[in-house]
Parts: sequence; C-alpha cells; structure tokens
Amino acid sequence: MVLSIILIGSVLIIAILVIVYRINSLIDVARGTHKKRASGSNRINAFMLFFFLILGIIAAVWYSISWFDLYHIPVASEHGQATDSLFWITMAVILTVFFITQILLFYFSYRYRYKDKEKALYFPENNRLEIIWTLVPAVVLTLLIFGGLKVWNKIMDDPPEEAEIVEIMGYQFAWRTRYPGNDGQLGAYDFRLIDAINVFGIDFTDQSSFDDFTPREIHLPKGKPVLFKIRSRDVLHSVFAPHFRLKMDAVPGMPTSFWFIPNKSTEEMRLETGNPEFNYEIACTELCGRGHFSMRLLVVVEEPDEFKRWKSEQESWLSKNPDYLVKVPEELKELALLKTGLDKQ
Amino acid sequence: MGKTKLEENEQHVHLNEHGDDHDHHQSFISKYIFSQDHKTIAKQYLFTGIFWAFIGGLLSVIFRLQLGFPDMDLEWLRPILGKWITTTGKLDPEFYLALVTMHGTIMVFFVLTAGLSGTFSNFLIPLQIGARDMASGFMNMLSYWFFFASGVVMFISLFIETGPASGGWVVYPPLSALPQAVTGSGLGMTMWLVAMALFIASTLLGGINYITTVINLRTEGMSFTRLPLTIWAFLLTAIIGLLSFPVLFAAALLLIFDRSFGTSFFLSEIFINGEALPNIGGSPILYQHLFWFLGHPEVYIVLLPALGITSEVIATNSRKPIFGYRAMIGSMLGITVLSFIVWAHHMFVSGLNPFLGSIFMLLTLIIAVPSAVKVFNYLTTLWRGNIVFTPAMLFSIGLVSFFISGGLTGIFLGNSAIDIQLHDTYFVVAHFHLVMGSASFFGMMAGVYHWFPKMFGRMMDEKLGYIHFWVTFVGIYLVFFPMHYIGIAGFPRRYYSFTNFDAFSAFTDLNSFISVAAIITFGAQLIFAFNFIYSIFRGRLAPSNPWRSNTLEWTTPRYPKHGNWPGEIPKVHRWPYDYSKPGSKEDFIPQHIPLSETPESNLPHEQEKVKKEDIKATSSLHGK
Repeated sequence: MVLSIILIGSVLIIAILVIVYRINSLIDVARGTHKKRASGSNRINAFMLFFFLILGIIAAVWYSISWFDLYHIPVASEHGQATDSLFWITMAVILTVFFITQILLFYFSYRYRYKDKEKALYFPENNRLEIIWTLVPAVVLTLLIFGGLKVWNKIMDDPPEEAEIVEIMGYQFAWRTRYPGNDGQLGAYDFRLIDAINVFGIDFTDQSSFDDFTPREIHLPKGKPVLFKIRSRDVLHSVFAPHFRLKMDAVPGMPTSFWFIPNKSTEEMRLETGNPEFNYEIACTELCGRGHFSMRLLVVVEEPDEFKRWKSEQESWLSKNPDYLVKVPEELKELALLKTGLDKQ
Repeated sequence: MGKTKLEENEQHVHLNEHGDDHDHHQSFISKYIFSQDHKTIAKQYLFTGIFWAFIGGLLSVIFRLQLGFPDMDLEWLRPILGKWITTTGKLDPEFYLALVTMHGTIMVFFVLTAGLSGTFSNFLIPLQIGARDMASGFMNMLSYWFFFASGVVMFISLFIETGPASGGWVVYPPLSALPQAVTGSGLGMTMWLVAMALFIASTLLGGINYITTVINLRTEGMSFTRLPLTIWAFLLTAIIGLLSFPVLFAAALLLIFDRSFGTSFFLSEIFINGEALPNIGGSPILYQHLFWFLGHPEVYIVLLPALGITSEVIATNSRKPIFGYRAMIGSMLGITVLSFIVWAHHMFVSGLNPFLGSIFMLLTLIIAVPSAVKVFNYLTTLWRGNIVFTPAMLFSIGLVSFFISGGLTGIFLGNSAIDIQLHDTYFVVAHFHLVMGSASFFGMMAGVYHWFPKMFGRMMDEKLGYIHFWVTFVGIYLVFFPMHYIGIAGFPRRYYSFTNFDAFSAFTDLNSFISVAAIITFGAQLIFAFNFIYSIFRGRLAPSNPWRSNTLEWTTPRYPKHGNWPGEIPKVHRWPYDYSKPGSKEDFIPQHIPLSETPESNLPHEQEKVKKEDIKATSSLHGK
C-alpha cells in the first residue's frame, strides 16, 4: 500500500518536473542564453559557493562547540589520556589546514569567477612554491609521526610483570572471561576440548587451570596494570572498550593481548558523568555475523581493596563443575581438590 | 581461405593512412554489443556503471532507514524484500549485513573502478593521445564482457535464498569461509568470489590495454611531457591495478580452497556450531595482508582517475594552465609507489606486530605529502583564473573540497596510536566516504558532464546539472560530516542497532538526520538520470569544442566514427595547458596548433624551436 502510494506519487512528481523542464528549456532556446560564454548562472553559482563556505563553517563550529560533551566521551585509562592528547593536537593542526584550504578554495572560486573583460593569469609553475608546500607538510607530518610513535611504542610495550591477567574470549555472539585464580597463571586450553559446559576448552591436565574462575563480568583494580589476553574460538571479533581507548582483534588460532591501567573507578565515572547508572562496556568491532551488534560485556573498575575482596569471593570453574574432575590425571587429583576447595565438602 | 599476410599488411597500411573514416558496414551486434570501438565500450562501461551506482545507492538507502529510524515499520518493503523483513516488520539483521557488504562491493569495484576507470580510460586514452583505437580492440571488448558477466553473477546473488555475501566488503575469513557462521557465507559468498574473479580478469585485460596504448600509440609530437594529466592518471591507475589485482585474485583463490577443498590457509582452531573444525595452522591475518595489498592501492585506483579528470576540468574552466604540471605528475608517481607500501595501516589492531605498525604508520603519513601538493596546486590553478562554472567545474571544485576534508582525517587514522580508538568506527566511515567515495564519485560526474558532448554529440542541460550538483554536494556533506562526531564518540560501524549499549545510546536524532539527507541525496541522482537520458536523445547539438579546450578529442567531428579522425591524425606541437597565454588573442591554444602559427604568444624558448623547425623544413625541402 505505502509502496504503491510512493510509486504513484513519484511518477506524478516526475511528470510535473519534466513539463516544467521542457518549458524552461524552450524559453532558454528562445532567449539564446547558451550562446553566452558564462550566463547569469555563473554569478549565482559563485555566490552560492561563497555562502556554502560561510554557512558550512558556522554550522560546523556551532555543532562542535555546543555538542562537545555528547561526542567527547570521558577517558579512563592512562594510555588513553596520551592518545587523547595526541588526537587533539592533531585536531588543532588539521583544523588549521582545513580552514585555510577550504576558505581559499571557495574564496578563489567566488573571487575569480568569469568576467568578460578579464583574462586569467598565465602562471604555469613556480618551483619555490612547490618546494615550500612539499617541505612544510613533510615537517609537520614528521612531528606528528614522532608524537605518535612515542605513544604507540609505549602502549605496545611488554606488560609489567605484576599485571592482573584477564582472559577475554569472543564467540558468536558474546564474550567470556577467565581469571587465573590465586596461582596467577591461566590454565592451558585446546579448542578440541570445548563442549557445552566447558566453553573455554580448558585443559585439566594442566594444574594451573584448577583455580581459574570465569565471572560473568570483568572486575578490574583501579590504578593497577591489567593485561587482557584476547582470543576467539570461531570467527574474528574485536575487543573495544571505548572509555579505556582500547581495541584489539580476537583472532582464532592466534591469541592477542592489550595491557593498560584503568585510572577511574566505576563510581568515580558515575560522579564525573553525572549518570548514576554509568557502566564501562566492551563491544565488538570486527564484523562477526548476525549478533555482531549485541556482544556486550560489563566492566567494573574498583578500588584495589574492593577488587581483592571480590576476587577472593570467586569460586573456581572446576569447583562449580566437579563433574570435570574425571578429566584431571590421577597424580594431580589431590592438588585439584585442594586448589578448588572441593576437599572440604 | 583467409587473406595472405601481404594483403593483411596492405589493409593495415590502408587503415592507417586513410584512417578508416569511411563507413564500413557493421551489423547491429558488432557495432553496439560486441563492439571493439573504444568509444562504444566506454559507453557500455558508463551505462553499466550508472546502473550499478543506482543499485548500490538504493541498498544504502535501505540500511540508512534501519539506522536512522530503528523503530520504523518496514512492512511496506515486503513486496521487494520478502522474507528479509521479519514478522515484526523489521529488517533482518543478516540482511542488513548483506546490504552493507553489497553496497561496499558494488560501489568500490563496479561503480568507482569499472564505471570510472573503465569509462574514461577507454573513452579518453585514444582520443587524447591521438590514436585510432586501443592497442587491442578485441581484448578491450573482452574486458567489458568479463565485467558484464561479473555483474550478472553479483546481481543474481542478490536474489538467492540464503542472501548475498554478508561478511563486509573485505570478506574476512573465517566469517566468509564458514557457511555456518552466517548464511551469506554460503552460496552468496561463492558467487561473490566468482564475480570478483571475473572482475579481476576484466580489470587486467583493460589495464594491459591502457598501458600498451599510452606507451605505443601516441601521435607524433605527443611526448610524455605533453600528455594531459588525465592520461597520466589513467596510465598510473592501470599500472597500480595490474600489480595489485592479481594479489586479490590469489586471496580469493585461497579462500575458495579453504571454503570448498578443506585447506587451512586462513582457518585455525575453530569451534563453531557445537563442533571443532579440523583446520589447524592457518592465519586469518594472512588474508588481511593479501586483501589490503590490493585494498589499499584500490583506493588510489578509484581516486587517481578522478584527480586526473579534475586537473583537466579545473584547468580548462579556470582558463589557466594547471599549476605545476610536472609536480602533479611527480605527486601522482609518488602516490603510485607509496600506495603499495601502506596497506597494513588497515590492520593496526589486528594483532599485527606493533613494530610493523610503526613502519606502516611512518609510510602512511608520508603519502599525505604528495596529496597535499596536489591540493595546493589545484588552489593555485584557481587563483587569478577566469572561472566558468560549468557543472563539470562545480563537481571538480566539490571533489577538491571532499579530498581536503576526507584526506585530512586520514592523518588521524594513519597514526596508529590514535587509530586504536577510531578503528572500525563511524570516523572511518566518514573518512573514506569523503576522500574515496564522494571524491571519486564527483570525479566521475565531472567527467560525464565534461565529455558528454563528445560521447553523444549533444549537450546536457546546465541548469539541471547545477541543481544536481548543489543537492548532491550539500547532501554529501550533511551525510558524512556528522559521522565524524558519531565516530569520535566510538560508535562501531556495521552495527544493526545501537540500543544494546549505554555507550552508544546518544545521537539517535543525528542518525535520523543523516538518513534523511542520504535519501534526499539519492533522490537528486534521479535528476541526473533524467538529464542524462533525455540529453542523449533530445539535448542541444554540441558545438565542436564546447568548453574551448586544448586537448585532441575536441578536434574530432561531432560524431567520431570508428577511427576517430577523418583523414590524418593531428600532430601535437605543444602541451595541453596553453590557456590564457599572454599575447594570444583567444584564451586557449589547442595542442595541434603549431608554434609557427602563434608567434605572438610564443615564449622565448618556443620561438627558438620555431626557427630550428623552419631550418629543418627548408633543408628537407631542398633535399628533395
């Protein structure tokens, strides 16, 4: 129904436009407008280019200033502050170039519009000018490159020894997380061991897997280095935590990682944003299929003490799924019972 | 039996001397369908390109409806989309991905590669270098029909039950390799790969021809330093394509093996749909390297022809020589070389070795230098010109504006540290739609408006051209400028909806605004379609040189026959940018006018040349 109305409507509108066009072009022929080298439209176009420049600048500046808080999302990690300042320095450089070149482009177009009596300047080349505008961008870009390299190398440097390890695994269409438990080491895994319950494919012949725990959301200590160990078990995903300025692909068959220092707790962010329901989130930014837009994972940043308490309250995966004890080799059974606390039951 | 070799040779000579301007009889099929005339092939590319542009645009309008008005009842689209509208009247999320994928593939390859390069390289190379036709008319014909076949396969894939490919236009495996990961990776993906294989064959056939023709068939006097910048751009584009498309072919081939023959080039350690796959040892990153080894040069494959066209149109309509002709060639050469060594900037956060990231960041930002040189040269060409705003000129100015806006944001994205946050957000979408999509599209439009009189012997309507330009130009800025804000706020691309995240809950109004602007911009293209088709049949007859331009194509008759020039091919005596030369009465001196005819405007060194030529001419006369 709607479709047919749209169809009929557009046919009518087109018919009217065609008639108007036909009349108009006949009038043009009668007047002989096309014989002039530049008709009145030339001036109109020149003025419109100029107006476009002015209106465009006003609109862009107005929107950028009055909606700043909407698009500038607060930053909550140490390296994020560095990349943000790099972003705004680059922005300043770019806006300068942007305004100069766009203003010249539209102003020249307007100023040097066709006039019958005038002749253009024959100005085919000038080596000095070419050298200037090769060198100036080259120097500016070199400075930006060095700024970027410094920050990049620091971000991508090896994580500190004491970093809190969190494993994030992506699959269609959610994230799962695993902490190494008290021993500080994640247990080995193998994708062939994955089943409906053991979604990580944890390998229980490795004793460091016994105390691994797998919470529903990520908890992080504020001010301490954190190492995300990222992997995927089916297609590509990408861990994106906008407030931490963090992004890294999850690749099947090739574990990746990203370390950082969260420096604002969830509570502090709630105060800063004035939103009592604020939560850190992780989203997926590598197209992974139907549910790509719904891979949400919550992150809670707490004071180190709170984090310690939370961590000590977590029960290991094995203790929640004692059926899997049969997969533990005989000689490690005792250790497994001890580490999971199952021996007390 | 066939002719003897001698007879063939004689015929060949005959062809060259008299320029076969006589009407040799051709059937309808050999004249219009399986034509070997570069002009007809160019038009075939153009019509096909325009057809695909409308399909690609329409797909984007559908997904913009979803993004701008997520609550809208789309039941009214059921007659067209059938089961892709869910029972609740919403767009199916997988079909949304298919739309995004097809929009990208169609626009990048079919419209801006084939539609732009195919049309104008074919049309302009022989006409502007002074050749009867392409080096191999037959290969040229094959090139179009491979493209056509590719289009047929891609078009059919839009209508199959499991839907077209839906892994994004980059079709990263494992998603694109596993039908169980998304339905589009079934038959749809197979057809995508077949279509791309045919397309690559088409591009290579075309590219070899362009290169050979430019190198070998230039008319007398047409040295490389007298080539119009359009030809330089087409030549370099063809070289880039020739070197990079085979790598995409390799990637596609390996992907076909992984999909159908159980190899593990890109697959490793996968557990999907309750089963562990046997593949071990492959690397999805390898695919990304292969893909972007074409994918990044591809950006310049679509951009360089547009820049070439713009150089020509801006010089002509500013009535000024292009500023820094040699610098323009140099910057294009620089871009050509650099375009091959920046690809991994698409992969900063793919798990790539961070050291490689630093290298590619360095190389990427260097490529901004030649681009900046081009912009400054355009600006200086406009300075103190005498500018005639033909629709082609407006589109060229629009192109420069987009090139600046979109190019500058590349400096953020090329910086790996900043890219961590911006990668795969709407900031990237805004960036490449301006610098590559819209700029190249405007180059294509500038080309159509500028060379329409040569293609069809008639003029397009200027006023409709102006309306088309203004709605499109303003519309494109209204669509893509706001996306920068959305991107800075971190909104990821290829999202069906943003309601699942608190972080992405803002900007619903702005998204609706963008969608409305997109629909209006798309609607404005109907004005163009009307103007284009109407003018082919009923437009005002074109004068021989409507834009008072210098290049050789304007020395051909209104309807150039097969062979382009009746009689001899004109010789070239000067570069193509003698506009407003001091002393000259007219404000343009075409390339085929000898220096000896323009003593009043010759520069000192040109006057010297005239004297030498005189001596040579007289001595050779005496010799006889």
